Amino acid sequence: MKTFKSVFENYDWDTIQSKIYKTTSQDVERALAKTKRNLDDFLVLISPIAQNYLEQMAQQCHEITKKRFGKTIQMYVPLYLSNECQNICTYCGFSLDNKIKRKTLLDSEIKIETEALKDLGFDHVLLVTGEANYTVNINYFLNAIALIREQFSIISVEVQPLSTEDYERLHEAGVYSVLVYQETYHQEVYKKYHTKGKKSNFDYRLETPDRIGTAGIHKIGLGVLLGLEDWRTDSFFNALHLDYLQKKYWQTKYSVSFPRLRPAEGIIEPNFIMDDKDLTQLICAYRLWNEDLEISISTRENEKFRNNIIPIGVTSMSAGSKTNPGGYVVDPQSLEQFEISDERSAKEIAQIITDSGYEPVWKDWDKCYG
Amino acid sequence: MQTSLFKIGDKTLTSRLFLGTGKFGSNLEMEDSILASGSELVTVALKRIDLETETDAILSHLQHPNIHLLPNTSGARNAKEAIFAAQLAREALETNWLKLEIHPDPKYLMPDPIETLKATEELAKLGFFVLPYIHADPVLCKHLENAGTTAVMPLGSPIGSNKGLKTIDFLEIIIEQSNVPVIIDAGIGSPSDAAKAMEIGADAVLVNTAIAVAGNPKLMADAFKEAVIAGRKAFEAKIATQQNYAVASSPLTSFLYE
Repeated sequence: MKTFKSVFENYDWDTIQSKIYKTTSQDVERALAKTKRNLDDFLVLISPIAQNYLEQMAQQCHEITKKRFGKTIQMYVPLYLSNECQNICTYCGFSLDNKIKRKTLLDSEIKIETEALKDLGFDHVLLVTGEANYTVNINYFLNAIALIREQFSIISVEVQPLSTEDYERLHEAGVYSVLVYQETYHQEVYKKYHTKGKKSNFDYRLETPDRIGTAGIHKIGLGVLLGLEDWRTDSFFNALHLDYLQKKYWQTKYSVSFPRLRPAEGIIEPNFIMDDKDLTQLICAYRLWNEDLEISISTRENEKFRNNIIPIGVTSMSAGSKTNPGGYVVDPQSLEQFEISDERSAKEIAQIITDSGYEPVWKDWDKCYG
Repeated sequence: MQTSLFKIGDKTLTSRLFLGTGKFGSNLEMEDSILASGSELVTVALKRIDLETETDAILSHLQHPNIHLLPNTSGARNAKEAIFAAQLAREALETNWLKLEIHPDPKYLMPDPIETLKATEELAKLGFFVLPYIHADPVLCKHLENAGTTAVMPLGSPIGSNKGLKTIDFLEIIIEQSNVPVIIDAGIGSPSDAAKAMEIGADAVLVNTAIAVAGNPKLMADAFKEAVIAGRKAFEAKIATQQNYAVASSPLTSFLYE
């Protein structure tokens, strides 16, 4: 089967990077004047010089998003099921070499955590794990999903890459979306950060969205871990990936997330700093290029940024998140993946959204659609 | 002066403006806009409603004596999913009215003609009043009539685009040939688009985005109300035909009268 790899191989990191950095004001103005934009325009809009046009980009971004998604923000919450992991990823709290006690939720614990999230009003949940294929595998996922299926309208998963057959089983079990981040599209840098475990296989991860698409999952979420490499070049490759997927798996929805590297137990500092201005530019560039893309902002981001980014292209937000298994009720002290930045409760975030003139949407899918 | 009443299915409506309920900044804003629009038929996505609670946040804002609910199947990718959703909606909302939306393409939400026809046939047999969202495709409209559709809802331009009546030539053919009401759905961006749709003989229009994301949704809803009335009045009054050519100063046929 032809996968994204065959497209990816036609592009060279340095050439793309050089194109981004050589962008001129005229290029930006041309891209901004268009109503339909392609990947070349995206490249232009993430360039350093495009930052001079940030207000104009934000205004357009606001209008386009409002037209396509309305004045609404979807609410979701992560539920960490396990922090067991056989990978060494030098930026992640769950990294195998981080010698801290691990936890995988039992059935009874999943139920307790779920009840707590339902009490907060959540109807869209994101299940997260590390990668521990002997214990936290497809059978574990199917069991966990069966336990919570009736409680949530949307179940998303962010777990290790799986086979097409396993994605088909998740789809049948009621999983709505699957998130998988390439972390970085720079192959050598990828190797440096992912030194051991199944995740060190760059190509297998790169081809994962193809397997998700083939399995007929409703939505695929992509992203890069911002801080590992030059975010502009990495984001171009992420957009290239999205562009390929959207044309091939045309019945699938797509979302993009912007995880900026956050502090965690025993991890390295980011190599590349992305400030709030950069992140705003990136969000705007995605929206100006792709009107339909869902854009998600997590509690990794700080309060000020989250308060102000609501009218600028965002379509979904998490709130009150815990990044450790059992974090809501059963084991608040277990090892977390990273420290969140915005610690406000779901209720407070919903109020912030309302105060911005937006409607927090808790339910936007029905189990009857499979 | 009043325009004629609009008979559709088992209902007789005064207003020819249908509203969508998505994209509003709050449920209260939605309710105010619907009331200002005078609409008597509003569509609501089944996927947004919590059928398990008695007090769904959206539904509680739609409880007015003159407002009928038109549940829609937005999210369905094929006939099977749409039929299943329709049955759930009928059960929960106690209405056999249904706006049938089947769009396998989540990007432009393009309606699937094949699955829509299949589902219409099935749902009509099950006793639903089916209002299918479709492309401005005159042949499909005739097939839907045979399948027992209650009305047809062709698009004016891509949904949510606010681009107006890009499909006008096909809409005119549909209106000319139709034996069921024609409701123009999707793409109507401004009151003048709605007025135009009514002037060419559409029986009604459905508007959502243009009202929901306006600076002042309530005022915009009122503007649409007046535009739809004005357009319908103009249609009923029979608009003077356009003069496409100037009267020639050197007539070609004057020799016949010499």
